[in-house]
Amino acid sequence: MIRFILRRLLQVIPVFIGTTLLVYYMVFALPGDPIAALFGDRQPPQAVIDTLRTQYNLDQPFWVQYGLFLKNLFTFNLGNDFTGQPIAASLARVFPVTAMLAIEALAIQAIFGVAFGVFAGLRRGGWFDSTVLVASLVVIAVPTFVLGFVFQLVFGVQLGWAKPTVGANANWATLLLPAVVLGLVSFAYVLRLTRASVSENMNADYVRTATAKGLSRPRVVLAHILRNSLIPVVTYLGANLGGLMGGAIVTEGIFNVPGVGNKLYQAVLRSEGPTIVSIVSVLVLVFVVANLLVDLLYAWLDPRIRYDQ
Amino acid sequence: MRFTRTSKALGIVAVAALALTGCGAGGGGSTDGSSNAAGDPNKVITAYSNEPQNPLLPANTGEVYGGRVVNLLFEGLRTYDANGKAVNSLAESIESPDAQNWTIKVKQGQKFTNGEAITAKTFVDSWNFAANSKNLQQNGFFFESIEGYPEVSAVTSSTGADGKKTTTPAPTAETMSGLKATDDSTITVKLAQPEADWSLRLGYSAFYPMPSAALADPKAYGENPVGNGPYKFPKQGSWVHDQSISLVKNADYKGNREAKNGGVTFKFYTDPGPAYTDLQSDNLDITDVLPSNALKTYVSDFPDRNATKPVATDSTLNIPGYNPNFQGEAGKLRRQALSYAINREEIAKVVFNGTRTPAKAFAPPVIDGFKEGLKGSEVLKFDAAKAKDLWTQADKIQPYDNSKPLQIASNTDGGNKEWIDAVANGFKNNLGIQAEIQPFAKFAEVLNLRKSGELPGLTRSGWQGDYPSLYNFLGPVWATGAPSNYEKYSNPEFDKLLKEGLASKTTDEANAKFNQAQEILFQDLPGLPLWDQARPIVWSNNVTKAETGWNGEILYYGITAK
Repeated sequence: MIRFILRRLLQVIPVFIGTTLLVYYMVFALPGDPIAALFGDRQPPQAVIDTLRTQYNLDQPFWVQYGLFLKNLFTFNLGNDFTGQPIAASLARVFPVTAMLAIEALAIQAIFGVAFGVFAGLRRGGWFDSTVLVASLVVIAVPTFVLGFVFQLVFGVQLGWAKPTVGANANWATLLLPAVVLGLVSFAYVLRLTRASVSENMNADYVRTATAKGLSRPRVVLAHILRNSLIPVVTYLGANLGGLMGGAIVTEGIFNVPGVGNKLYQAVLRSEGPTIVSIVSVLVLVFVVANLLVDLLYAWLDPRIRYDQ
Repeated sequence: MRFTRTSKALGIVAVAALALTGCGAGGGGSTDGSSNAAGDPNKVITAYSNEPQNPLLPANTGEVYGGRVVNLLFEGLRTYDANGKAVNSLAESIESPDAQNWTIKVKQGQKFTNGEAITAKTFVDSWNFAANSKNLQQNGFFFESIEGYPEVSAVTSSTGADGKKTTTPAPTAETMSGLKATDDSTITVKLAQPEADWSLRLGYSAFYPMPSAALADPKAYGENPVGNGPYKFPKQGSWVHDQSISLVKNADYKGNREAKNGGVTFKFYTDPGPAYTDLQSDNLDITDVLPSNALKTYVSDFPDRNATKPVATDSTLNIPGYNPNFQGEAGKLRRQALSYAINREEIAKVVFNGTRTPAKAFAPPVIDGFKEGLKGSEVLKFDAAKAKDLWTQADKIQPYDNSKPLQIASNTDGGNKEWIDAVANGFKNNLGIQAEIQPFAKFAEVLNLRKSGELPGLTRSGWQGDYPSLYNFLGPVWATGAPSNYEKYSNPEFDKLLKEGLASKTTDEANAKFNQAQEILFQDLPGLPLWDQARPIVWSNNVTKAETGWNGEILYYGITAK
């Protein structure tokens, strides 16, 4: 098991270098001098521009810039963004907010998705199943930003159940509305995956055996059907955590959440290479770790899967 | 001052000759009269903003979101009232016999919120700091007219082995020779040349005083600035990065802009959409940035809770002199033809929902000294027949190279496409030429082309006044070699008139010269004035009264709350 984890962690290195190199190159290839653009129509003295360019290594060729970035990264010094703020500090501000949002969304979609999916799967073709299927199709079909605006308008402005935006006071309660919006689309997928998996496993031999042994219905459902049905769902949820972290841009924009998405959006607007790549690097790590956790969960869900050969 | 992308995206509204709720807020002395309607003087107002780009040093803040905070934290020698008139604040008097040698008397007994006294020396030290190239202050060039500025702002350029040019600060003096504090209350300033409108600049943020702590450690100070304005930081760390800046009323402040509320909290938004929603549910109190889709609806969404006032911001369509189609006699006729072919009235009405006003000169009407009907300004009228006629005349002198469509360069992230399409259609229909937008994703790309003189066609340009003066709309944009004269327009006669205007003894004389200078611009048409902007603002149910100043900035100190 330890060897498996180590091997997986070693894989991070090429993935990490590959992604950061690509992203860094794409930012580098953006036309226009980001420093000059900071000042708009009115240009400051050339010495100000030149000093800033030197400070951010923008006068160096691509490979030197990227090399310096990597060097800084490995010495845990992310440097400053174009406004002179330390990048590390701003990552420390935005990541917890987005992590809260993503975890809340993940919890919503996992809990409700699995519960609804099991109910629907157990009574396939019933009224609950049909209703849920149609509803989930609607949710999948509507784009996130539409859902976001509608929820904001209905629950935030008209009903007044929640503040329509999050702003400076991001906590579990204020993040609930954006988390629901963010989690809703994946919720529909989780539901459908669980339903399909459950209804398939209902007819499996081991379920018939368990029932024949005289086990109670809840025990059959929870210990036998659900445990086996969760394998594809867990795979999906794991991959989804990374997606939630990175994909929150739209939701964070609508609800003005001071998180990764908003920061990334501003950094892209300002062509701030180091900030963009730093954020993306952390997202890569989140993806890799989430997938590692999924693989470890497999072993617990299905002891037949052996990693330690 | 520069435009932000958002402020450009606004599609700012101009309801012409809109008589707003008067001009009481800035003039001072109106505090008593409005106190009955003032409501709760301790209520904190929440306002739309975004993360400032730099530490909050007045001389280093050139963009709007930092600027609005700095303007509340500091008070200068002069302030601008709601109509853009400069009135003395920390200055007892500002006098000059010849527009070149100035004597400024500073009011005594004024203090920063940390208790440090503000004297003549405070200003001299702050200005020398701002002008010194070592300190890399963005607004350092505001001191360029003072004698000795070239020495403190000197830089050296060297070309490395790889052919890259680098510029490094290399001041040869630490203080400007023309700037002296002769005693605690007197500043003497000698300018390199006479400048009649120099004293108008003294309300701009670059001229604010800074306490000695700021000069010792600018970076740390910029995080927790200590000023002398109507508001102050309630505590260290009131600037929560990426989230908000909180200001509270400075009870010790004695000036023209006394706060009528308990404080202002700037909440940061990366997009105006959520802010608009917040306003609809009273979760935010005031915004000056509206989402572009709200321009049609904000009046009905916020009945009795909106205001729109013309501001000192204009738009032009620049025609680079290096484009062969627009050179010589034929070029002159063609530039006029283009101007006649733009239906400013209709575009202002249809594309901007009647929210901009067609330009009448090279400076907006809200500026003191503005004159309508300058010689040559008839080119701003739409006249399709005349346009076609001038174009044909030009073709007789020198045929137009129609091999490529006439392009209008613009960034498209700021909502410019619609009006440029309309202008291009005007060119097509009225002149019979091909015209189209030359789109760029980012503002910086267009700027690069303009700087290097490689525009294939025309370009869009805009100017927002730094201080309310006609000169500010002419000098930095059209004078030979001026910093924002990217298309490198040059006319010695125009330069001469500007210089004569600056050397005038009175503002009226100066304005007369500046208006003459504009007539030269109308002859040469290096750019076509398009329209002037207005700034719409909306506020929540918590607010009873709000208005904007001459430059479109909300007068936060004058906001009254329920």
